[in-house]
Amino acid sequence: MSMIFGVPMAVLSGQLLIGIINGAFYALLSLGLAIIFGLLKIINFAHGAMYMLGAMATVIMFDALDVNYWVALFLAPVLVGIVGVFVEYFLLRRIAGQDHIYSLLLTFGVALIMQGVLTNIYGVSGLRYAMPDMFKGGVNLGFMFMPYYRAWVIVAALLVCFGTWFMVEKTKLGAYLRAGTEDSQLMQGFGINVPLLVSLTYGFGVMLAAFAGVLAAPIYSVTPVMGSHILIVVFAVVVIGGMGSIGGAIITGILMGVVEGLTKTFYPPASSAVIFLVMVIVLMIRPHGLFGKES
Amino acid sequence: MTIMKKLLTSAVASAMMVGGAQAEISNNTVKIGYLADMSGTYRDLAGPNGLSALEMAVADFGGTVKGAKIEIVTADDRNSPDVASSTVRRWLENDNVDMVAGLVASSVTIAATKVIEENNKLGLVNGSAASSITNEHCTPNHIHYTYDTYPLSVGTPTAIVKEGGKSWYILTADYAFGHSLESDVTRMVESNGGEIVDSIRHPFPTPDFSSFILQAQASGADVVALANAGADTTNAITTASEFGLTQSGQTLAALLLFLTDVHALGAETAQGIQLTTGWYWDKDKEARAWSDRFMKETGVRPTMVHAGIYSSTIQYLNAIEATGSDDSQTVRKQMMDTPINDMFTKNGRIREDGRMVHDMYLAQVKTPEESNSEWDLYKILRTIPADEAFRPLSDSKCKLVSSN
Repeated sequence: MSMIFGVPMAVLSGQLLIGIINGAFYALLSLGLAIIFGLLKIINFAHGAMYMLGAMATVIMFDALDVNYWVALFLAPVLVGIVGVFVEYFLLRRIAGQDHIYSLLLTFGVALIMQGVLTNIYGVSGLRYAMPDMFKGGVNLGFMFMPYYRAWVIVAALLVCFGTWFMVEKTKLGAYLRAGTEDSQLMQGFGINVPLLVSLTYGFGVMLAAFAGVLAAPIYSVTPVMGSHILIVVFAVVVIGGMGSIGGAIITGILMGVVEGLTKTFYPPASSAVIFLVMVIVLMIRPHGLFGKES
Repeated sequence: MTIMKKLLTSAVASAMMVGGAQAEISNNTVKIGYLADMSGTYRDLAGPNGLSALEMAVADFGGTVKGAKIEIVTADDRNSPDVASSTVRRWLENDNVDMVAGLVASSVTIAATKVIEENNKLGLVNGSAASSITNEHCTPNHIHYTYDTYPLSVGTPTAIVKEGGKSWYILTADYAFGHSLESDVTRMVESNGGEIVDSIRHPFPTPDFSSFILQAQASGADVVALANAGADTTNAITTASEFGLTQSGQTLAALLLFLTDVHALGAETAQGIQLTTGWYWDKDKEARAWSDRFMKETGVRPTMVHAGIYSSTIQYLNAIEATGSDDSQTVRKQMMDTPINDMFTKNGRIREDGRMVHDMYLAQVKTPEESNSEWDLYKILRTIPADEAFRPLSDSKCKLVSSN
């Protein structure tokens, strides 16, 4: 078998694929963060909690009301989106225009409250969510066993990422959005309801996080603290990609998944630190991130 | 002359203070500090319900011992050794805490027991697993009660090697506990004629195990062993089942599983997994009776850690009752001299290195058909006698062991 740095080629191909799958999660999550920061200038520390809410909602709706996976895939993000709109309308709106640090602290507080309340009710051992029947099993690719569900994760995440990018960058709605946040008074003058647009944008950003949460429910253990582990990594991804760059967030997300996957093969103990190492290097060479525009 | 006099008086005074400490309870209060992970990965196996177990023990004494009030203070260690040592230091130096209970993550315990030793107080370790806590990290100021990595390596690995699982691949949580478990298991597997093919040290905590499971599959080892705990273990088991690890003929061995983990996985996913435990709520009549009380308080069945916290606190308070003192060495000696016979164990005893040795159990998770209720999860396959379960003193590196 051919080897690369002492690692069999087959193992390496498997790790690349796993990296892309994890990268798909990073991409979905960092995309939401990038939209919220890029358009609203809010540093959303509640993003991890929204991801967790998506996953928790999926499990709770299944246990209580027998809501199946496909319905949850649609319903959970909508519910979390509504929570997001409430957070924006009742809390974030009051500190609009202030320094970034205020939105960071406020959303961090919101995240801690959600996490704390749910921990008190559900504990941290994790809730059970059975894999939907149609995704049970997998296919042997020769170099690895590919569970059907992981393949679905890549497809679903990439579709949603591309759709979002297209909507923000290429459609009229996206143009309104970008213009509305650039010069809200002018847009108000054109008869566009900018405050509503802002609420909906925040709601949409956290919907993406919740969507990632639903995707995660069958494969990761669903606990109230699951969001806090992933949040910091996702922030690093957004910084590497360039704060606010939507395409950058998607590409960097997948790239960092692969970098992390390879580190898990060559030197596992460093795998939780490698993304931050990349962040430091990128910030030193390109302070505005790989895809960010200099402001 | 005056210098001589001063020296003499201070010598007499300090002698009286030492004498006084042994004969009475300081501040007429026994203050217990409960330090545990109250909100993170290890919350459910100890956490707030461990505090309930502690409160049950105090309530059994009616809140007083020898006329002194029993008080409890509590803190969340957030699995951080730094938080743990500063909290324990404040408790012991400023707040007159006499005994620290709980003590979950091994790294936290090793940091906390150092501070406890400096202040000559007492620590009753129940959540931690690292066997190094009563080996190279032993102190005259703590007792390790419920279990440790040594019996975990005696129970499950020995059984699996005997069934033919000769080559092992270990996934290890990269901190004190994982390292300790890995080295205990390695020794046990090799001494039974098996071999360790390779091991991976993964960061703590790790949300996604797919990469590590894939490497374990590629290794072709007979057995993939998980030297981790809590959410790391349940995540790894879920991912292993998703990637068809056992279908391809490999055996999955979880070296440390708590009742709460198995409950979270469910009998469907966890069925057939063998594990080693220090206690099980349904093991006998006394255990069941206490578990019923615990369930009334908390709504869940107790883990071995919860039971250990209750049992060790009762032993501690009994020792104060018998000696009339809360001095750490007086109490520790009394506890060492008293065999433990309660809902936790029969004929348990505390050795000079601070290890409480007692029977351990090799259990197997029931199938959904065998399980009669939500918490009816284990069947006990074998009792591992105390002498076989724990590291013999002849192998000890502890400075307190007289032969060393």
